[in-house]
Amino acid sequence: MEEARHLMSILGTRVLRTEDPRFLTTGGVYTEDVTDELLTGACHVFFVRSPVAHAQIGRIDTSAALGAPGVLAVYTGADLAGLPAIDVMMPGLLNERMRRRLLATGKVRFVGDPVAVVVTEHLYQGEDAVELVDVDYDPLPAVVDLDDALHGEVILFDEAGTNVVAEFGNEASLKPDLFDGCEAVVTATIINQRVAPAPMEARAAAAAWGEDGRLTAWIPNQGAQGTREDLAKLLGVEEAQVRVITPDVGGAFGAKFGADPEHAVVAWVARQLGRPARWTESRFENLIAMTHGRGQRHTITIGGSRDGDVQAYRLQIVQDGGAYPKIGAVLPFLTILMAVGPYQIPKAEAIGVSVVTNTTPVGAYRGAGRPEATAALERAFDLFAAEIGMDPAEVRRRNLLPPFTEPHQTAFGALYDSGDYAAALDKALDSAGYAELRAEQARRRASGDPHQLGIGVSCYVEITGGGDGGPPKENATVEVHPDGTATILTGTSPHGQGHSTAWAMIASEELGIPVENFTVRWGDTDLIPEGGGTGGSRSLQQGGAAVQQASRELIDVARERAAAALEASADDLRFNTDRAAFEVAGDPEASVRLADLAKEERLFVHTIFTAPGATFPFGTHVAVAEVDTQTGKATLRRVITVDDAGIVLNPLLAEGQRHGGIAQGAAQAFLEEVVYDADGNPLTASFADYPIVSATELPSFELASMETPTSYNPLGVKGIGEAGTIGATPAVQSAIVDAVGHLGVRHIDMPATPMRIWRAMQAANDGLEGA
Amino acid sequence: MRVEFTVNGEPRSADVEPRTLLVHFLREQCGLRAANIGCDTTSCGACTVLLDGESVKSCTVLVAQAAGQEVTTAEGLAPPGELHPVQRAFRAEHGLQCGFCTPGMVMASVSLLAENPHPTEQQVREGLEGNLCRCTGYHNIVRAVLTAAASDPAEVTA
Amino acid sequence: MIPASFDYVAADSTSDAIGLLAEHGDDAKVLAGGHSLLPMMKLRLAQPSVLIDIGRVFELAGITATADELIIGATTRHAALASSELVRADAPLLAHAASLVGDPQIRHRGTIGGSLAHADPAADLPMAVVALGGTLTLSGPSGSRQVPADEFFLGYFETALAEDELLTSVRVPRRPGVPWGYQKFVRRANDWAIVGAAAIAGRVALANMGPMPLRARAAEDALAGGASAAEAARLAAEGTSAPEDIHADRAYREHLARVLTERALKHRSSAAHAD
Repeated sequence: MEEARHLMSILGTRVLRTEDPRFLTTGGVYTEDVTDELLTGACHVFFVRSPVAHAQIGRIDTSAALGAPGVLAVYTGADLAGLPAIDVMMPGLLNERMRRRLLATGKVRFVGDPVAVVVTEHLYQGEDAVELVDVDYDPLPAVVDLDDALHGEVILFDEAGTNVVAEFGNEASLKPDLFDGCEAVVTATIINQRVAPAPMEARAAAAAWGEDGRLTAWIPNQGAQGTREDLAKLLGVEEAQVRVITPDVGGAFGAKFGADPEHAVVAWVARQLGRPARWTESRFENLIAMTHGRGQRHTITIGGSRDGDVQAYRLQIVQDGGAYPKIGAVLPFLTILMAVGPYQIPKAEAIGVSVVTNTTPVGAYRGAGRPEATAALERAFDLFAAEIGMDPAEVRRRNLLPPFTEPHQTAFGALYDSGDYAAALDKALDSAGYAELRAEQARRRASGDPHQLGIGVSCYVEITGGGDGGPPKENATVEVHPDGTATILTGTSPHGQGHSTAWAMIASEELGIPVENFTVRWGDTDLIPEGGGTGGSRSLQQGGAAVQQASRELIDVARERAAAALEASADDLRFNTDRAAFEVAGDPEASVRLADLAKEERLFVHTIFTAPGATFPFGTHVAVAEVDTQTGKATLRRVITVDDAGIVLNPLLAEGQRHGGIAQGAAQAFLEEVVYDADGNPLTASFADYPIVSATELPSFELASMETPTSYNPLGVKGIGEAGTIGATPAVQSAIVDAVGHLGVRHIDMPATPMRIWRAMQAANDGLEGA
Repeated sequence: MRVEFTVNGEPRSADVEPRTLLVHFLREQCGLRAANIGCDTTSCGACTVLLDGESVKSCTVLVAQAAGQEVTTAEGLAPPGELHPVQRAFRAEHGLQCGFCTPGMVMASVSLLAENPHPTEQQVREGLEGNLCRCTGYHNIVRAVLTAAASDPAEVTA
Repeated sequence: MIPASFDYVAADSTSDAIGLLAEHGDDAKVLAGGHSLLPMMKLRLAQPSVLIDIGRVFELAGITATADELIIGATTRHAALASSELVRADAPLLAHAASLVGDPQIRHRGTIGGSLAHADPAADLPMAVVALGGTLTLSGPSGSRQVPADEFFLGYFETALAEDELLTSVRVPRRPGVPWGYQKFVRRANDWAIVGAAAIAGRVALANMGPMPLRARAAEDALAGGASAAEAARLAAEGTSAPEDIHADRAYREHLARVLTERALKHRSSAAHAD
């Protein structure tokens, strides 16, 4: 039966966020802001952390701290000995003998490893007391260098006997003749450096145990259900005993999944002391104890013909896992999966190995394994282009997969759903005015202008919305109330993405209820027991699709009620979204409003949307950089992008995601890096030293539109959240290298700091390889 | 020690340790939690409020130093239920995502426009160098400030 | 994040402040804008037991002039210095330096006295005052003395201020229309200079090329001997002992010193904020 549609569909329009008025005036309610009856009289938790990277823990003298004003308790690893050690995730893949305890016991393995916890009455007393806890450390040599970790002279986990966490393929599988027949072969070892996710809200927790023995924990996270599961395991309790509530979250970028040891310790303290407990980490703690991102070393080899056909590519990865294996150690799997990107390369190999080092554990960070694949591949393409003397955009065009609408499987097993990579490249180059840029570059080179121009191009495809083990799915509940408002319960977990607005738009389209009349809820495990959270750019294509499905199923349920109410056949009814009412065909007077159908009996549907698989957004980024050849300083002038993530639901939100991703991606290319000295001491443990990018270093971005739908969900959408990061990093790095390419520089490692650029220019000048 | 000053037009009397930071007083004693703490090194600006109309980082001001002065927070920019032109512009331009930096960013923008009612894009970017954002890439924040600047200047100052 | 405990006392006059300093000795620190001191205290790198707040000693604020000099009160805020018509006309190098300190919020609070007394070798105002050949007035229980900027900065965060002395004002020569240059090399806005260079009237000062702001005397001598800006700048790093850190090693800093000195001598200034 045909439905009357809105004259104007709301989908695809720039709906302003319903979330905003609150955030702009009274501010979000983040974990530190939460007030709740259960948290009355909460005490404050502070961690004592190791100042050395690798050491045996000796005596811990808590006596002075215990005597300090307001100190309620001081606990060490010994006090938590009854709790299980933290199991390593994916034990078949990762070395399960590298287990961690909630508080370091026996050994500390990174600067920042928590060894004790101090609990005070008032906030201001905590740091005073932490200073008084006296820990003896017997230092051990620190393993910071990846090769040292591989050689294994110093082992982090005696039980493991090795520093190798996981292997992805092995060297024996590499074919020595892979590059036979290639007229040009280039090889290089490059760094995809460690960065800090640094969300503006650091980690926090508030915990209270009820008289019923249940724990209520407020934790900023990316999926309350996963956090509950982790927390229950860490505390050795049943999941049913734990309720996780997700307050507003001030950014996450992959680093707030699940539960960290600190979250569990806070909950344990609350149970131990019989009173609620709260914790907020400082920025210093955040920069050394929240998981870091990236941290891969790549050996890339690329070969092909002198007229630009790439015939073979090899990628060898060493992943720095940090001190305790987390998802970072797994990421080479994704890097390998996406190793050939949007190109058709006849022969390709990729292997990897993850090691532990005496540094902060590495986790997921916006892109999680895929930026690394693209960065390596794009660097290889640039090196190849330089080797054969061909324009880098042209080399890419020659080797891109032709457009496809039926799924295409790569040699590494990725099943790309749809793509038109050449169209993205052409559109980006056109928007950038590529020919004019090359002409300007040539002019400056000819005149020896002290400010040289560089242009970088990157083509990418990335994987979004893959399931974790089983098929990708998400649940949603949509309910219409008698007063005409509606509630959506979602298993996603937004932290800035705007799901309240987006899910309301989707449901509004189906139900005819205005966006402002929706309440969207998430992140309370008592209310929504199942959910996959938000990460990996999954939310719209699974969570949004689930909302649409639930809304449509609700109309079906409502139709039956309407038929009864109107004493008509269901087939004779049409749903008029402009009126949010069912009408009898040919007799509009005979109608019943959707809201009225909720009066006798609740009107709601809970559904699970299952996707056929992951989707593959793609695009091209063009970056324009200027290098002051006297100082080496690079300035990012323009970033032009095509990020095709299928149909765009709300351009405002999609652009915001692209902007944020581009900024973080660009920041990795020329600014940000976590630095350790040879002893494992962090040198970038504050926002004064870790140069998180500010507005002054970035231009406004130029976003071009392209929408190649996917057939994997009725919305036709893929994931957009990480695409910006994936495309921007290599484009910006490439632009900077290109700016001094005419001086003989072929490569500069990220971040391309002024000193590195200047050194590369000196080295090229001295006739050596650009270093 | 006892300190007296006004917050959002209301007189406040603080009985605090001398080391009490203004941001903690505003959040804990006044219940004004829009200002957030995002760093330890006076870098991020999430705690920005106005002190006698000028933007300051309230994490680096002692309550003691605010004696006799007027503090304005994001909560006090407009009457309840209304939005100040800068707040309206941030919404119109999607200048916020997770919202953690937003109150500080808004207060810094109000101060910026009070001193320079018609900034160029470059001046806006430099004017916000004390405010860090991880979500937006700053693009829409800059647009928001420029949009607010195009409104009636008399309306735009606090 | 939270400073260690301290006692707080607000001075109501210069002599009151000096008296309090004398009373508390090295247990005390002076608080003006607090944007050099409080960040240190929040990291517990400084833990004075007494803070003497001179923020309300109004006689310490403000800018006046004699025929030859501008006299800037120690508690004059960077923002006020940057926007002062008088300073922008007669000592624009100083106004420009003040406009580059930190960010707008920091400039609303930080003071010239605080910045100079803190003596961070990478900071803007110490370098600017040395370039200008300013004079600092230090006041103690037994009276005031004048110390040339060249003699005020003794080492890393170390100045000629005695324990019982207060920096009360800074005097700089009035040089309306005299060309000047100011260079601050940073990777990111809001950073301290990796290297800085400021030049006016044959004087060249460098930031972050040693434990205090340094005069590039070899370059100055070459200039006095008729060398061009480029030739003189080649000598900018002589006599310096540049630090090494994550931003730059010594060789790179020395290179920057030469480049920035040449630019400053050619009267170019980086990132103007106060226009």
